[in-house]
Amino acid sequence: MDFQVVVLAGGFSKKLVPIVSKEVPKALLPVANRPVLSYVLDLLEQSNLKDLIVVVEGNDAAVRIGGWISAAYLDRLHVDVAPVPEDIGSAGALRSIAHHLTARDILVVSGDLVSDVSPGAVAAVHRRHDAIVTAMLCSNPVSGPAESGSSSTKDKTKKPCRKNIIGLDPSRQFLLHIATEAELEKDLRIQKGILRTVGEMELRADLMDAHLYAIKRAVLLEVLDQKETFQSLKEDILPYLVRSQLKSEVLSSSSPQLEENGNGNFNPQNKQISQSHILANASNRGFHELYPSCLDGSASARRTHKCCVYIANNEKYCARLNSIQAFSDINREVAGEANHLSGYSFSAHNNIIHPSAELGSKTTVGPHCMLGEGSQMGDKCSVKRSVIGRHCRIGSNVKIVNSVVMNHVTIGDGCSIQGSVICSNVQIQERVALRDCQVGAGYVVTAGSEYKGDSLAKKEK
Amino acid sequence: MGAQKKSSAAAAARISDDPEELSRVPLQAVLLADSFTTKFRPITLERPKVLLPLANVPMIEYALTWLESAGVEEVFVFCCAHAKQVTNYLQCSQWLSQPNFSVATIESHNSVSAGDALRLIYERNVIHGDFILISGDTLSNMSLNRALQEHKERKKKDSNAVMTMVIKRSKLSPVTQQSRLGTDELFMAIDPDTKQLLYYEENTNHLKGTLSLDKMLLIDNPSITLHNDMQDCFIDICSPEVLSLFTDNFDYQHLRRHFVKGLLVDDIMGYKIYTHEIHSSYAARVDNYRSYDTISKDIIQRWTYPLVPDVLLFGNSATKLEREGIYRATEIVQSRSAQIGPLTVIGNGTRIGNNTKITNSVIGKGCSIGSNVLIEGSYIWDNVTVEDGCQLKHSIVCDGVVIKSGSVLSPGVVLSFKVVVGQNFTVPAYSKVSLLPQPTKQDSDEELEYADNNSDIETSPIAGAHDNLNGELTSDLTDMQSSAAEELGSGGAGYIWSICEGASEEEWRHSVAPVPAEKLAEISQTIDDDLDFSYQDGNAPASSGELKPGGLSDSDDDDVDANNDSAYFEKEVEATFLRAVHENVKVDHVILEVNSLKLSYNMEFAACAGAIFYSMMKLALGTPYNSSAELYNAVVNVLTSWKRLLKSYLSGKDEEIEIILKFEEMCSELAKELSPLFTKILCFLYDKDMISEDAILDWESEKNYADESDRVFVKQAEKFLQWLREASEEEEEED
Repeated sequence: MDFQVVVLAGGFSKKLVPIVSKEVPKALLPVANRPVLSYVLDLLEQSNLKDLIVVVEGNDAAVRIGGWISAAYLDRLHVDVAPVPEDIGSAGALRSIAHHLTARDILVVSGDLVSDVSPGAVAAVHRRHDAIVTAMLCSNPVSGPAESGSSSTKDKTKKPCRKNIIGLDPSRQFLLHIATEAELEKDLRIQKGILRTVGEMELRADLMDAHLYAIKRAVLLEVLDQKETFQSLKEDILPYLVRSQLKSEVLSSSSPQLEENGNGNFNPQNKQISQSHILANASNRGFHELYPSCLDGSASARRTHKCCVYIANNEKYCARLNSIQAFSDINREVAGEANHLSGYSFSAHNNIIHPSAELGSKTTVGPHCMLGEGSQMGDKCSVKRSVIGRHCRIGSNVKIVNSVVMNHVTIGDGCSIQGSVICSNVQIQERVALRDCQVGAGYVVTAGSEYKGDSLAKKEK
Repeated sequence: MGAQKKSSAAAAARISDDPEELSRVPLQAVLLADSFTTKFRPITLERPKVLLPLANVPMIEYALTWLESAGVEEVFVFCCAHAKQVTNYLQCSQWLSQPNFSVATIESHNSVSAGDALRLIYERNVIHGDFILISGDTLSNMSLNRALQEHKERKKKDSNAVMTMVIKRSKLSPVTQQSRLGTDELFMAIDPDTKQLLYYEENTNHLKGTLSLDKMLLIDNPSITLHNDMQDCFIDICSPEVLSLFTDNFDYQHLRRHFVKGLLVDDIMGYKIYTHEIHSSYAARVDNYRSYDTISKDIIQRWTYPLVPDVLLFGNSATKLEREGIYRATEIVQSRSAQIGPLTVIGNGTRIGNNTKITNSVIGKGCSIGSNVLIEGSYIWDNVTVEDGCQLKHSIVCDGVVIKSGSVLSPGVVLSFKVVVGQNFTVPAYSKVSLLPQPTKQDSDEELEYADNNSDIETSPIAGAHDNLNGELTSDLTDMQSSAAEELGSGGAGYIWSICEGASEEEWRHSVAPVPAEKLAEISQTIDDDLDFSYQDGNAPASSGELKPGGLSDSDDDDVDANNDSAYFEKEVEATFLRAVHENVKVDHVILEVNSLKLSYNMEFAACAGAIFYSMMKLALGTPYNSSAELYNAVVNVLTSWKRLLKSYLSGKDEEIEIILKFEEMCSELAKELSPLFTKILCFLYDKDMISEDAILDWESEKNYADESDRVFVKQAEKFLQWLREASEEEEEED
């Protein structure tokens, strides 16, 4: 398909402290006992997109992720892992790997996406409209962040946050407006020019930008090249492209003469020309062409470019692991409603208990639960809606509800763990009660202690 | 037969009598027979706008016919300017004697706006239920049933839904909008599900490239639709609350600009406005000359059916539709060689000479048109004389005008009543000619809107005189004629109104003449520029989250305001404190005074604490000292003596942190002398229990990520902080 895929896998996200650690960068956080990155990679593989560049912030993380990928995807995908410095933003990351980009269109995916929407469909829309950028949108996760279904009504009276404000044309094919994060705080400002041209714009706050974009390579490179201050793909480049779609500056500087452009023979001299060619060749669809046509002849020289959207079906699952809340939600959902994503086949009880796992007597593991390889549980335990990793040792009379327990965790007798995330190698001594806590890797929770809504981690010295 | 129909209708009504029907009030409508604008001047100086003919039928006929057919039973015609003419007209018409349809007039002489009109109607207490509010220049053939039903259902569910506005989709692009109705472009935001109107902006200012929507809109609604492709039909279904809202808000004048905006922006009592979109029916309002032209053409092309000349019987003359959209009244005397082009209406008793060519025009009753005349896209009213060899292009010619031979009317000309154009005279484009001199007071547009009515009243006696004399020239009129003669060539009569500054560029917008090509190009150019402008916005070196310049400056202003406020507040607190020190005011009283300051400046407790601490330090600094030790003593003195005052504002950690931050700020900026004493004073505050260790430690951690320069004092206090930390850890261990 001549698409090159860039997976932005991030590094050690500050937002996810303490559940990320030096050993476990964000991309390797387990979702239903598989690294989150594997969901994106599998998804791409299903769409037959096998030529990938995985961009990782920081060398340590790159080494770890690279190691995991080469072990897991040997002979399946062709993956380059490119380490980039930390905190350079997504645009910076793309800038630093720009010389690796060769295909006509680039698919940029965030490494924390857990979804079953086919990237191939996005790519197809992109090609069909000959758009310069196509963004994938999906409806806000229903059961997602903060169990929104029930609490959103309560939130409304407080201070609800709208993460995305997106303007679409009436046919819902074109992206007309996208608010950046800073703009969300303020009153909305809509370009009248675009509104005049389209006539009607639908503003949606219930769509989520899935951070999966198909972008024309030439455009991407030029924007990266010309706008050195741009830091983020979502916050800078995308709004810029959307804003300028009716007056494409990306081409205003170019000479009108057209030149035959073949894929892959770009060089800096003819880059702009070929780009204008790409854009001018855009097929005659939508308002972009309608507009100049109602002006007098001279104005028809106006160049436009298309920013499209692919709106995923409501039934599709789509979530991003970008907060601790999202981490537990996604784990719960992948083990539950969206279990087709996990790639495991569920038992009759709607749960997965690895054959090598041992359960004590009168221990129950409810539906929508997972119990990893080699984990042991004592007597009279109860597990509900939780994911438990490999080689955990869990004592007797332990209650685990709505929680994620990673690998090699030891839990003493009589513990009660609710709504918490327990990272690898944590030791929880007897009679501990945790509620809505995160316990960082290697932490020891002393016997009998009780925590609520705390974040426990080893002090980094 | 009429009686039979009536009785059967009554019977039907009786059958459907149920409790709800019993309390049913007849459907009422308010028809504003005054547009409260000056767009049709100079014609409206002599005749009210609603009586101006559209395809040879006065506008008010269309409005009343529609209201009647739409099932309205009671109409209140509100007349203001030229009220007498309107009432006279109605009395002569058949409207006052219709069964099941009563028309009553309400006269007023001092209303200057739709707001005043509605307030007056409220006072009269004639509206008892939902009513239709239109102005007399509205033309429609829509059926009100659906819209009314929707309005009633909404009203039942939510008593705040007070108004339903009828809108119609129009073609996109401001170019066509401008060229069609000549109205300003309109931006609306509508909730796609409930059809609630959320935003309404008539854009008169083309410079602003962005539309600014309240962020709360999207919080309340998951999705909204922005429209630039809708046209406001100026047909509103209102609940009686609307009238009382106008009365409550006596500053509401304009229906859209004040009332709709007021409801949407100020969110008064949560009243809501909804929209009803019509698809296949016609609705439009004659707002200016251009829409007069457009709507006349729509009528001729039968978009407004059944409101078309051959169906709408007006007067006694029947009009017949011939092929190519030519409407001819009976008794037309037409020369064999005259060519009547397509889409033309010719009124009763008109005579047309040899070789005359008429296309796309409306000719009124009793006109006499000479030979070799060319009439194109013009509106000629009744009893007009056009002599041989004239050319009329895209003009409006009112009753009784005489155009002498060989004259030319350039596009966009408006000749008001009884003007005489001299021989071989060319009337320049866009000029407006009247027998009445131009009113001298011409203010800015906005004021005109309201001032206009007064001037109408001023001139109405003259207008009345015209009326009474019904076409005969009085002596004073001839006087006028002679004085005005020179402007319109030999034998001409009338003043060419000078076009006031600024409006000259706008003239083409509202004229009957088609928009000149270069203006179209200009419009598209401005749109380009708009794009450029908004593009520039985005072009600003936008690193993540960079704001558009507009937004930036806004917020700057806000910040500046806030800063000013807090600066004033600090000064006031300082003054209060110093007075307290010098006059020995009791601490309780000082607290009272500071509290009142806090309320009036809308400040937090933290700000009070900061301000008081600041004044204390200033006081200490004000005492003479030679060494830092002396200064320290002074500080300690002040702090001990006013400890209670400060304590009363230190209710929590936040306030304490505020004090530390304030102190830090002082040390680094205002009073460098204090900086060596920072730690010492901090210790003192801690010892005296004014600042808790939590606050200090929080302050430290807050500074963790700050620049090195910001951390000077953290470093200075490092030892003390260290000690505090150890102490707290010990405590924890003891626990």
